[in-house]
Amino acid sequence: MWDAICNWFADLGDQLYFVFIEKDRYQQMITGLKNTLLITAGALIVGVVIGVVVASIRSSYDKNKESMKLRKGAGYYVLTVLNAICKVYLTVIRGTPVVVQLMISYFIIFVSAKDGVPVGIFAFGINSGAYVAEIFRGGIMAVDNGQFEAGRSLGFNYLQTMRHIVVPQMFKAVLPTLCNEFITLLKETSVVGYVGVIDLTKAGNVIAGRTYSYFIPLLTVAAVYLVMVMILSFFVGKLERRLRKNER
Amino acid sequence: MKKLLAFAITVVLIATCLVGCGGSDSKDDNKLETVTEGKLTMATNAEFPPYEFYEGEKVVGIDAEVAEKIAEKLGLELEIADVSFDSIIPGVQSGKYDMGMAGMTVTDERKRSVNFSDSYATGIQSVIVKEDSPIKSIDDLDGKKIGVQTATTGDIYASDDYGEDNVKRFENGAAAVAALTANKVDCVIIDNEPAKAYVEANKGLKILDTEYAVEDYAICFSKDSEELQKKVNDALNELKKDGSIQKIVDKYINAD
Repeated sequence: MWDAICNWFADLGDQLYFVFIEKDRYQQMITGLKNTLLITAGALIVGVVIGVVVASIRSSYDKNKESMKLRKGAGYYVLTVLNAICKVYLTVIRGTPVVVQLMISYFIIFVSAKDGVPVGIFAFGINSGAYVAEIFRGGIMAVDNGQFEAGRSLGFNYLQTMRHIVVPQMFKAVLPTLCNEFITLLKETSVVGYVGVIDLTKAGNVIAGRTYSYFIPLLTVAAVYLVMVMILSFFVGKLERRLRKNER
Repeated sequence: MKKLLAFAITVVLIATCLVGCGGSDSKDDNKLETVTEGKLTMATNAEFPPYEFYEGEKVVGIDAEVAEKIAEKLGLELEIADVSFDSIIPGVQSGKYDMGMAGMTVTDERKRSVNFSDSYATGIQSVIVKEDSPIKSIDDLDGKKIGVQTATTGDIYASDDYGEDNVKRFENGAAAVAALTANKVDCVIIDNEPAKAYVEANKGLKILDTEYAVEDYAICFSKDSEELQKKVNDALNELKKDGSIQKIVDKYINAD
């Protein structure tokens, strides 16, 4: 019994050495991890920027269309057009798989791009932006209209009401959903191998293909993703607690 | 104390599992043990003509026909499972399939994780370039960007010969060739037979006259099924001797 355990650990040690240390194969995992983090972080920023822009257009349109319709100013037409563009964007991006969007970006839009990493940031950023936009819009629409009306009756204009009253409440409410989206994004980048980038998943596959030892790379990759998500959740949880302080 | 207890329980559980797994010692009464009784289950990835591909609903090709003959010799019925290439080895290792046969090349590193039969066919790694490419022969490949299919032997040899940084890995051959036509890589290293198909389908590409590497294809088995491996190997060698294998290869490759 004890021998079996010892053998198992000795065997595992040999396997780990063969899979990761020999010929410096762990280097690939490190490159992969770097690219995964780089693409996720880049896409996160692009996604949030797009999300904020699209969500402000969409919710401004929804909140103001009645009053603006009466005035028929230029603003009404501009906002209507922008809103329509945003709607098309949301439909197309949410209606097609991210792998397909990635391949289209790499092989059709950025034909001359040699490096897949910026293309990955672009594609995943655009994709994530659509989901973030709807999360923000949902949050804004969920804040009770009385809050908005109160702001207006205190003399704030639309933007001031949004900035000081609606958005802070919205942000607190959407944080868990937003965290969800970031976690999804992190794991979604595992398909970036389709455009010739070595990310964490791909690094695991490359090592497995060389050594024909599949389980150790696979489990290692899974463990690294898990740790990354746990770290992310930890910080979001901390932020959530801090934002809730005023409720006590 | 609690932690120690939890650790001890975990270790015991793992050990029990291992002992349980190792417990299937041979109750050999001259009958071959396979995953499904009376059947020889072969895992392949049927996207690799002429070794394995679909004709209607059926997987055909050199590997499929050779396996059929082997199963016949062993008195078993052949069953083919078409899975993704990356799933063949884990499937064989975990005992889902009896063997894997998908134009797999024998390398020393791979031998440490699985057992291989004798080789039954040879494959060639070719280089595809654009017709107006400055690459005229293998010697010009230094410092060029090389497109490959992830984890294929083209990938392994190229990253050993020309360095990781010069190799770009794609999910499948078609994507690597698409990258070549879009000038994202300077050449693609891939098996000769699919290479011919890609050059035919895409204008402005050609295959270099000199081959990049010649390699042996073999059937892979789990380290645990040496018995089956031996039997299959014997059958394979008989088939080689009586010329049936050559006949199958000729039918698919040299026929025209």
